[in-house]
Amino acid sequence: MKKLMIGNEAVARGLYEGGIGLVSSYPGTPSTEITEFLAKYDDLHSEWAPNEKVAMEVAFGASLAGVRAACAQKHVGLNVAADPLFTLSYTGVNGGLVICVADDPAMHSSQNEQDSRHYAIAAKLPMLEPSDSQECYEFAKAAFGLSEEFDTPVILRTCTRVAHSRSPVEYGERVQPEKKPYEKNIAKYVMMPGNAKMRHPVVEERTAALARFAEDCPFNRVEKGGSEIGIIASGTAYQYVKEVFGDSVSVLKIGMSNPLPAGLIKDFAAGVEKLYVIEELDPVIENFCRGIGLDPIGKSLFSTVGEFSQKTISEAFGFDPKPFVSSDTLPPARPPMMCAGCPHRGMYYTLAKNKVTVLGDIGCYTLGAVPPLSAVDSTLCMGASVSGVHGFMLASGKDADGKTVAVIGDSTFMHSGITGLVNIAYNGSNSTVIIFDNSITGMTGHQQNPTTGYNIKGDPAGKVDLEALCRAVGINRVRVVDPYDLAECDKALKEELAADEPSVIISRRPCVLLKYVKTAPPLSVDPEKCRSCKKCMGLGCPAVSMKGGKAHIDSTLCVGCGVCEQLCPFGAIGKGERS
Amino acid sequence: MNTVNIMIVGVGGQGSLLASKLLGKLFTDEGYDVKVSEVHGMSQRGGSVVTYVRFGDKVYSPVITEGEADFIISFEKLEAARWAPCLKKGGRIIVNTQEIDPMPVITGKAEYPSGILDELTAKGGAVDAVDALSIAEEAGSAKAVNIVLLARLAKYFDIPYEKWTAAIENSVAPKFASLNEKAFEISYNIK
Repeated sequence: MKKLMIGNEAVARGLYEGGIGLVSSYPGTPSTEITEFLAKYDDLHSEWAPNEKVAMEVAFGASLAGVRAACAQKHVGLNVAADPLFTLSYTGVNGGLVICVADDPAMHSSQNEQDSRHYAIAAKLPMLEPSDSQECYEFAKAAFGLSEEFDTPVILRTCTRVAHSRSPVEYGERVQPEKKPYEKNIAKYVMMPGNAKMRHPVVEERTAALARFAEDCPFNRVEKGGSEIGIIASGTAYQYVKEVFGDSVSVLKIGMSNPLPAGLIKDFAAGVEKLYVIEELDPVIENFCRGIGLDPIGKSLFSTVGEFSQKTISEAFGFDPKPFVSSDTLPPARPPMMCAGCPHRGMYYTLAKNKVTVLGDIGCYTLGAVPPLSAVDSTLCMGASVSGVHGFMLASGKDADGKTVAVIGDSTFMHSGITGLVNIAYNGSNSTVIIFDNSITGMTGHQQNPTTGYNIKGDPAGKVDLEALCRAVGINRVRVVDPYDLAECDKALKEELAADEPSVIISRRPCVLLKYVKTAPPLSVDPEKCRSCKKCMGLGCPAVSMKGGKAHIDSTLCVGCGVCEQLCPFGAIGKGERS
Repeated sequence: MNTVNIMIVGVGGQGSLLASKLLGKLFTDEGYDVKVSEVHGMSQRGGSVVTYVRFGDKVYSPVITEGEADFIISFEKLEAARWAPCLKKGGRIIVNTQEIDPMPVITGKAEYPSGILDELTAKGGAVDAVDALSIAEEAGSAKAVNIVLLARLAKYFDIPYEKWTAAIENSVAPKFASLNEKAFEISYNIK
């Protein structure tokens, strides 16, 4: 059977055919669809966990019980799960365990461009690195066997251009292995010092065995071309090399990024006059080559920043640029922005108007940082708004009192905001936290989470009561506002900032893009009444602009949220056709 | 055969993903090797988006770079100017004449540039300008803009008309199939 699949669907298909029995993940671009595609199958358990650490530990539990399991996350998600990751290397597995991680070179939808290969080296785990959808399928399918054969979790690493590129996949049938029996083994699975000391040498022996396996494994291969130039490449960089050179140079394609095959690399280097290493992000293969006495050309020619393309490579080799249709027009930038009718906008407008310092977080609402609202002061990682505001308040004393908040989405709050709130209550800072509860995980494409009342398959599920949760950890002042009501937002914000104890405002309204959300008819501007004060422009709504000196509302974008209507001092904005 | 490179550019949320998926499947069914590269996540929130579709005997890279595109389908006029440097000399650029103001224009920090199409023609692009929004609305829904633009592209390929309409039928929800086929027909038959 053959089908055009994005890399993530191919990974899911490979894991499925490889006999996966459980997947637990937290969504994160560009990894999300792996778990979404697995959720389409009914003969395995799939779930969204509150965060990546929980997800990996759930997968560990399933593996311990004897079932093949996986978790999937973006690169920064692996930071969250790094704690179980490093010690899972010591315990090894019972049922095969595959850890999928998707890097985002060029940061299409991320806050940094870290290179996950460092995790494989640091945690001493094998890492497979496919370069197209067919390999995503094959490597994912093979990963369970590798995991069980070497008694180790296997990391499957992709990047945006592999995870979100579509290419043909020849696929087969699911083979579900028997569940392995669970046998109590304290020495292997209880990692207290006495046992862990015994396990570390096992890990070192395993790494040596994997390095021998890497020498002639199916994941690495030599493609012989000329003997003048030899290029070592992995992942998507391999595709760009082939695009530029075809079969005219020799290529060592690395599909297993850790451990690397020293013998294979040395043999390859010996057969070519000039050796190059072409890899996105950090010089991982290059540094390994130097460690075994080779001197390849790598990062002296190719950047550690951003993603590559065929152009990167042909420029580096000094090939003539292709003639193109130039344009002298300098197009104004088109950055992403909050949608028309986005429920975050009303609260952000209120924060900007009151000149509040806002420690922000990760999600659609990070877009509150872009002009004209420019309402966010910091964005670091999942949950850092809530933990950070506590430190900011304590350090700033009276300077920050009454004019500083944390903002965090519902899903991010469940991910790692709640621990920060516990800290605020426990260690007593006068912090105000605003939960932007749009009842969905928005930015990654509408995934359910523990506050929505539905599970990954859309079936009814346990639902966290945010108000009760905040009160339970020790916050006495908890109130809910509708962000479409500017007066209510302003009142709540001023009162909670003035209060002499920590507080939580839940700014609650579902994402306007959700299918069940009924939108109102578009609003319009009465040009006779509009006095061009541009107050409505301060919202940064894509539906509102100035046309011929007067405010104008684009009826194809407007969802009638009414926030601009509340702002207009002259009553120029209203429902229906206005003369 | 040499690889054929098609870029689909526009504003996040305009439906370019459906167009690229449809093309990918169509060329696969024609027996070609195919790669399609998409961008999801933050860039979909009203930002400038680009999708690459490549097909041929053997396709390696999933992306298209400077001077490589045989065709660019631009769902919005300004985006045609932004991505023009990817168009090869003499390459064809199908442009929806619809204007969507980006935030710097909305806030008055920048002006929406004029004369984009004339400039593209002067610089060696073969411009096919189409008011896709009006045609889509004529067919019954503004959402059919993507199908209207695909119909313009279809004219430059030897793939039979029926295969295009079958691909549309396979890609859209059944209740929208006839609407989209109508949009395709109107656009395809414009000289």
